[in-house]
Amino acid sequence: MIRYTLTRFALLLLGLLVASVLIFLTLRVLPGDIAQLIGGVNSSPAQIAAIRERLGLDRPLAVQYLEWIGGVLRGDLGRSLLTGTPVIDELAQKAQVTVPLGIMSLLVAVVISVPLGVLSAMRRGHADGTALSVGSQTLAAVPVVWAGMMLVVVFAVWLGWLPAQGFPRAGWSDPAAAFQSLILPALTIGIVEGAMLLRFVRSATLQAVGQDFVRTAAAKGLTRDAALIRHGLPVVGLSVITVLGLQVAGIIVGAVVIEQLFSLPGIGRMLVSDVAARDLPKVQGELLALTGFVLVVGFVVDLVHRVIDPRQREAA
Amino acid sequence: MSIPPRSTSGDRPIPAHDGQMPRPDGGVDAGGPASTAPPRRSRWAWLARLWALSTGRFGLIVVAVVVVTAIVARFWTPFDPQQVDIANRWAPPSWPHVLGTDATGRDILSLLMAGARTTVFVAVGAGLIATVIGVALAALGALTVRWVRESVAVFVDILIAFPVLLIAMMISAVWGGSLWVVIWAVGIGFGVNIARVTRPELRRVLHSDFVLAGRASGLTPAQNLWRHLLPNVAPVFIVQLSWGMAVAVLAEAGLSYLGFGAPVTEPSWGLLLAQLQQYIQVHPLSVVWPGLAITFTVLGLNLLGDALREATDPTLSRSPFATRRARLHVPEVVA
Repeated sequence: MIRYTLTRFALLLLGLLVASVLIFLTLRVLPGDIAQLIGGVNSSPAQIAAIRERLGLDRPLAVQYLEWIGGVLRGDLGRSLLTGTPVIDELAQKAQVTVPLGIMSLLVAVVISVPLGVLSAMRRGHADGTALSVGSQTLAAVPVVWAGMMLVVVFAVWLGWLPAQGFPRAGWSDPAAAFQSLILPALTIGIVEGAMLLRFVRSATLQAVGQDFVRTAAAKGLTRDAALIRHGLPVVGLSVITVLGLQVAGIIVGAVVIEQLFSLPGIGRMLVSDVAARDLPKVQGELLALTGFVLVVGFVVDLVHRVIDPRQREAA
Repeated sequence: MSIPPRSTSGDRPIPAHDGQMPRPDGGVDAGGPASTAPPRRSRWAWLARLWALSTGRFGLIVVAVVVVTAIVARFWTPFDPQQVDIANRWAPPSWPHVLGTDATGRDILSLLMAGARTTVFVAVGAGLIATVIGVALAALGALTVRWVRESVAVFVDILIAFPVLLIAMMISAVWGGSLWVVIWAVGIGFGVNIARVTRPELRRVLHSDFVLAGRASGLTPAQNLWRHLLPNVAPVFIVQLSWGMAVAVLAEAGLSYLGFGAPVTEPSWGLLLAQLQQYIQVHPLSVVWPGLAITFTVLGLNLLGDALREATDPTLSRSPFATRRARLHVPEVVA
């Protein structure tokens, strides 16, 4: 276990290193001249040189990279080119929207997919099981943006139950309004992600049906369904955990699009506007934070899976 | 181009690609009788098996419809998709505007047809790039000396954690958004995915008898790769490609919606969604059409991938019960 943890941790560090180098190189080297971008086409060479010096662009790349990473390790993700605010502060502020949105989406996805996935596997060959399977296959093909629009049409435009857009200016000091404005976005991401998770749960359940221990339990007198529920579901639960990392990545991607659709002041929307404004230092910090988060979640998921899955423990 | 792995037992090392199963009618039989005739092992039998699956049929038909629409739209659409006609704005679905018009009176059906061109362009472009990157990384990760192999494997494992959309945003931040950004981002993101799935398959085939026989009979490594290795990993690879193209269609829609994909002058389903969204309070039904088009295409490609896997899986062809067993495989979750 210790050996596994250390190896996996080394892989995480390597992943973070590769991610930071790739992000740095793409944003710093490839654009040609970042100073030219900032200064605009009409700036004089002297102005460009001044900008280069101010941003430290005149120094060797390796030095620039090490400075950036050194700052990151001290909790400094850089500053916005346009406003000068530290990226980390803005991230922390926007996270107040994105983190609750992500957690709610994940809850919706799991609550939908696990029971329905097991059901669709157990009812395979019956009309309801087939309907669930076809429905999830179709929902998994729906673009998340469009799913959001359809929910807006139904719940905001026709029924008028929930706001179509926006987040209360007062933020979480008005918890009811804040929560309400996150319901439709979280449902959107949760349903689309949940449809994919449902398909995974379904396959995992079908696989569990064929396992020896489930068959043995059935042979000892349990009904097939009882055997599956008592002995098969823990295995299904374990395999769901293995894809949670992917789900989190999916939710982050969903949040980027959905925050735009619902005008939510979250990390995703900030990233979109920073990319549009070419605020490269800020984009650099945000991308590192997001990919770093995905990598760390993957690491934690692997460790947790290792700890709670008895088969994995034995393999070690 | 692809041979299902099961055909390899009778493979002669040289030459593998000529004289394959001449048919009585001299043509390539894609359906009908071949589906129930395993004794004659044709390289096209998988296509018949694909057609025999309802998901495969659906997938093939959807892909055909979208591709044909894209080709037709190249030459003809009911109206000029960018033709502004203020007098006819927000026409309800009726003749001659079958799906109605948008805020500037553009015909929505024509916009959708023209958008299919963009979709096919992005899917094919991303597919080609993913193929090149995937095969190159898989070959590097499977066929080279040990330290290169293992570093490539670790590198691929790391890259796979990058969501395609974030790669696209990273490239957009530098060059600004365009369809090429979408193509490259999905191509890179999915190429890595393909490499991860193809590499172990390549390793497995590498140690099979016919590859050893090929080597023994004097084929160079490159010839061996081209004649034996690639055709035998092709099924695994094509399944991934089909799913990858589905991701490309979704990514194009999402990125064009965000403003990092198709330029406003280019017809695109995602862009159309963004434009119609502004009027969603007043004309809620108009956003239905582009969304349906995207869903339909993605569903077709996903199902085609599922069916391809079922039709080319070597464990399937031996017993009549195999189809059921195959459904139990846990699917790889597509990003």
